[in-house]
Amino acid sequence: MRIPELQPKGDAPVLVDAGDVPPPIAPKSPRAITWARRKRSFLRVWAVYRSNKMGMWGLYILAFFIAVAVFAPLIASKEGLDPTCACTGTPFSPPSLHFPFGTDNFGRSVLTLTIWGSRISLVVGLVATLISIVIGSLIGIIAGYRGGWSETALMRLTDWFLVIPFLPLAIVLVSVLGRSLAVIIIVIGVTSWPSTARVVRAQVLSVKTRPYVERSRALGAGSWHLIGRHILPNVGPLIFANTIILIAIAILSESALAFLGLGDPLSISWGTVLEFAFGAGAAGAGQWWWLVPPGLAIVFVVLAFTMCGFALDEILNPKLRER
Amino acid sequence: MSAPAPTEVAQPVLEVRDLHVRFQGRLGLGAGLIGKKAVEARAVDGVNLKLFPGEVLALAGESGCGKTTLARTIMGLEKPRSGQIFFEGKPLADLKKYRRRVQMVFQDPTAALNPRQTIYESVAEGVRIHGIGRAADALTEEQMVARALSRAGLRPPERFYLNYPHELSGGQRQRVVIAGALVLDPEVIVADEPVSSLDASVRGEILKLLLGLRNDLDIAMLVVTHDLGLAWTIADRVAVMYLGRIVEIGPAEDVLTRPIHPYTKALLNVVPEAGGLDRPFLSGEPPDPTRIPDGCRFHPRCPEVASGAAKAAGVEAKCTGEDLGLERFRVEHFAACHLARLRAATDTEPSDV
Amino acid sequence: MSLLSVRDLTVTYQTQTGPVPAVRGVSFDIDRGEVLGMAGESGCGKSTVVNAIMRLLPPKAKVGGEVLLNGEDVLKMKPGRLRAVRWTEAAVIFQGAMHALNPVQRIGDQIAEAIVIHGQSSERQALVRVGALLEQVGLPPRRLNDYPHELSGGQKQRVMIAMALACSPSLVIADEPTTALDVMVQAQVLKLLNELQHELGLAILFITHDLSVLVEVCDQLAIMYAGKIVEEGSSVKVFGQPAHPYTSALAGAFPAIGDHRFRLAPSGLGGDPPQPEAIPSGCSFHPRCPLAFEECPVTEPQLYPAGDGRKAACLLIEHGASIGAQP
Repeated sequence: MRIPELQPKGDAPVLVDAGDVPPPIAPKSPRAITWARRKRSFLRVWAVYRSNKMGMWGLYILAFFIAVAVFAPLIASKEGLDPTCACTGTPFSPPSLHFPFGTDNFGRSVLTLTIWGSRISLVVGLVATLISIVIGSLIGIIAGYRGGWSETALMRLTDWFLVIPFLPLAIVLVSVLGRSLAVIIIVIGVTSWPSTARVVRAQVLSVKTRPYVERSRALGAGSWHLIGRHILPNVGPLIFANTIILIAIAILSESALAFLGLGDPLSISWGTVLEFAFGAGAAGAGQWWWLVPPGLAIVFVVLAFTMCGFALDEILNPKLRER
Repeated sequence: MSAPAPTEVAQPVLEVRDLHVRFQGRLGLGAGLIGKKAVEARAVDGVNLKLFPGEVLALAGESGCGKTTLARTIMGLEKPRSGQIFFEGKPLADLKKYRRRVQMVFQDPTAALNPRQTIYESVAEGVRIHGIGRAADALTEEQMVARALSRAGLRPPERFYLNYPHELSGGQRQRVVIAGALVLDPEVIVADEPVSSLDASVRGEILKLLLGLRNDLDIAMLVVTHDLGLAWTIADRVAVMYLGRIVEIGPAEDVLTRPIHPYTKALLNVVPEAGGLDRPFLSGEPPDPTRIPDGCRFHPRCPEVASGAAKAAGVEAKCTGEDLGLERFRVEHFAACHLARLRAATDTEPSDV
Repeated sequence: MSLLSVRDLTVTYQTQTGPVPAVRGVSFDIDRGEVLGMAGESGCGKSTVVNAIMRLLPPKAKVGGEVLLNGEDVLKMKPGRLRAVRWTEAAVIFQGAMHALNPVQRIGDQIAEAIVIHGQSSERQALVRVGALLEQVGLPPRRLNDYPHELSGGQKQRVMIAMALACSPSLVIADEPTTALDVMVQAQVLKLLNELQHELGLAILFITHDLSVLVEVCDQLAIMYAGKIVEEGSSVKVFGQPAHPYTSALAGAFPAIGDHRFRLAPSGLGGDPPQPEAIPSGCSFHPRCPLAFEECPVTEPQLYPAGDGRKAACLLIEHGASIGAQP
């Protein structure tokens, strides 16, 4: 059997040969192809994800809390947060029909506090994680790709940040910079990136030596092309899975800081609600309704993010997938 | 299907002159402190090679002989210690331009394709890297990809655009890798063991494809292989490498049916054939490029030395003590062997120069 | 009575997408001192046959048919009996010797372990036997104090062979024993296996994708395609004058140097070996067969006699057509 339709080189206008060059197909521009590919890739991951029970439960819980945070103004009036509002009830009253989760020391509904608290908690978690992921990925990719002395220097820096105890540093920073939401976010962001940097670097090191990266190099690709086209797409999913788990940790950190009285006193998060309750002696007075709702909210959201993160990790992390 | 006769007058499309590639072994801190020196592997140790337009040159040898390192160095994936590479008569200057015209086909197509890229993207990569296929060019990116895929035997090409590598069979994947190399209309393809990871029944089709590209598109090919049977089916010329050097090179028919160097004979002996294992095989382990022997680098394993033939002919001292280069034995057939040289000088038999 | 007699062996893997037939009715016999080579491409089921014979398949695999070792059905053996039979009567040399050895144990102890476990001798006697075994596979006996990393690939494969021979089995199953080795070393290991086989009167089931290797070491050949044997017979005949078009194509992938039919004319088949999940109807080879005709997609061929004691599963054979030696 011979190879048909081959066209000898140098035989000028190649376009004329219909056998060799199929007519271009209108909708299949490279951009359309890229989009079709992304859609298919997403659908495939989604199909696998859907079969993962743990991941789906995590997603349901998350969807619930995100809906609560987004629609907070519709569910509970913001005035309910104001201690001087006429809508407040008797302080320290246990759950009743009018106040399903009871009231706090100002007579504010704990339900309203928990609902509005979800906003700050989630925002702090997301933004702090974003900072952490950007720093971690950047350092991980540069260290893994460049190698040599820059890798040594960056990884020593990572190790240094890794061993700094989080709480003492946070306490020092907050007391120096003042108690505000931005400070909290920055403190969490700049202390939680080292683990991401290590994971990303390890993956970059492994992707860097794959033959397809080599093939791309042999085709004439430069560093930007290699990182953008081959390394990032293969490290990205891992970063994404890592992000989801980091959000859980960030939310927990925010609650911990707020509980220790380092939170922004002007904004209500689950952590600050807990801190107020604790400070007002709710635990000793048996006012469980003031502590349990924000506490459970933290537990559920952290659990949900972790479940989603693990499920995604199982699907997207090449090391786990190979088993 | 006649091979272009590579004559001295023809201008080689690719030429390698006195190329040396070395790898530094890693050394632990402790070993360094007690004064040990890091071992250095001389993977390629003085290679001269010419590849002529439109020819298929097979580069054969056992593992560790440096054939893959030589191919990778030609592709600019390893840095030579010394020596030069010439493309179309000029020393290599602009690596990126050069990489547009010299392409590589890899051993394992599964690993050579990014699992997250579609076939279209994998093939289009070269076009995108070199910024061609835009509106002003003769062909659009899509046309170039379609042409490359159909030249590689994947027809109709549109059917494969959105597939991922894992959705194709091994043979199809290797065709995609070949299409990725063809998309830039190269002059030279360097193929590193292009079929050794494929199923036996599929290999023939891939080799047919490569041979067809040579015949119809006039692409010169350097095919790295451990299998001399493969060289017999597709190569015009064969170069046999041992411990970083070419020890024999010449027209495929001549080298494979009338080998001169004892190492080439040994390699031919291990090609399986019906009727048992009564042929002599080389004993010992694959050679170690960190310890290259003095004299002829093959002498510790050479059956002619072991059997006393070299001693009887009076060249044993030369074999163990005197390094040598390639010498012409027949038309375009070169080898590096003291004993064969002596025999050629005294006998009338093998020489027809 | 044959030493090993496999009767209508079927293996079906249960997967999430449903049952996948890996072996679809394979029968063959190996006599004492005989070498049977089994060749086939990836996914043809040849390794599954090995694992079925040694009962090394995962519990999810459904196995049917009979595997008679000395007349006793391996598939029905109790665990204790099975353990006794493995190594002492039938031993396996696996592919990838590099990873099959424990890196932190001396090789002498690893070989002795098999002997001691099977209660054939005390530890001290065992080490004497190990020394003799190493000599037999062409390694100096003092190497028994070495760790695996001190050995080269070929030497490790020799150790694996010594291990397989440790309990003097009458049957050795070699699953791609030379695949990962370099050409020169491969030839040495093949030669060693060949010599040991003659010396010890071993029966060997030799499994590989490399047909040319089998021709050198085997008396009989069986060619597998899509979970079935499609041709069997004496190795020289099967390789030299294939009766089945698939064998013919496979043989063409291993050209004889100097044979001008192959010079600058590679031969091969279009298409790819079928996945076990999607085996074509009728003759499973028909989509790739250059000689296929109307009946092929419909009728599943049996193994028909093809002369010289050979059998081939091709409808053309049944119709009395003779298939050329080469495509």
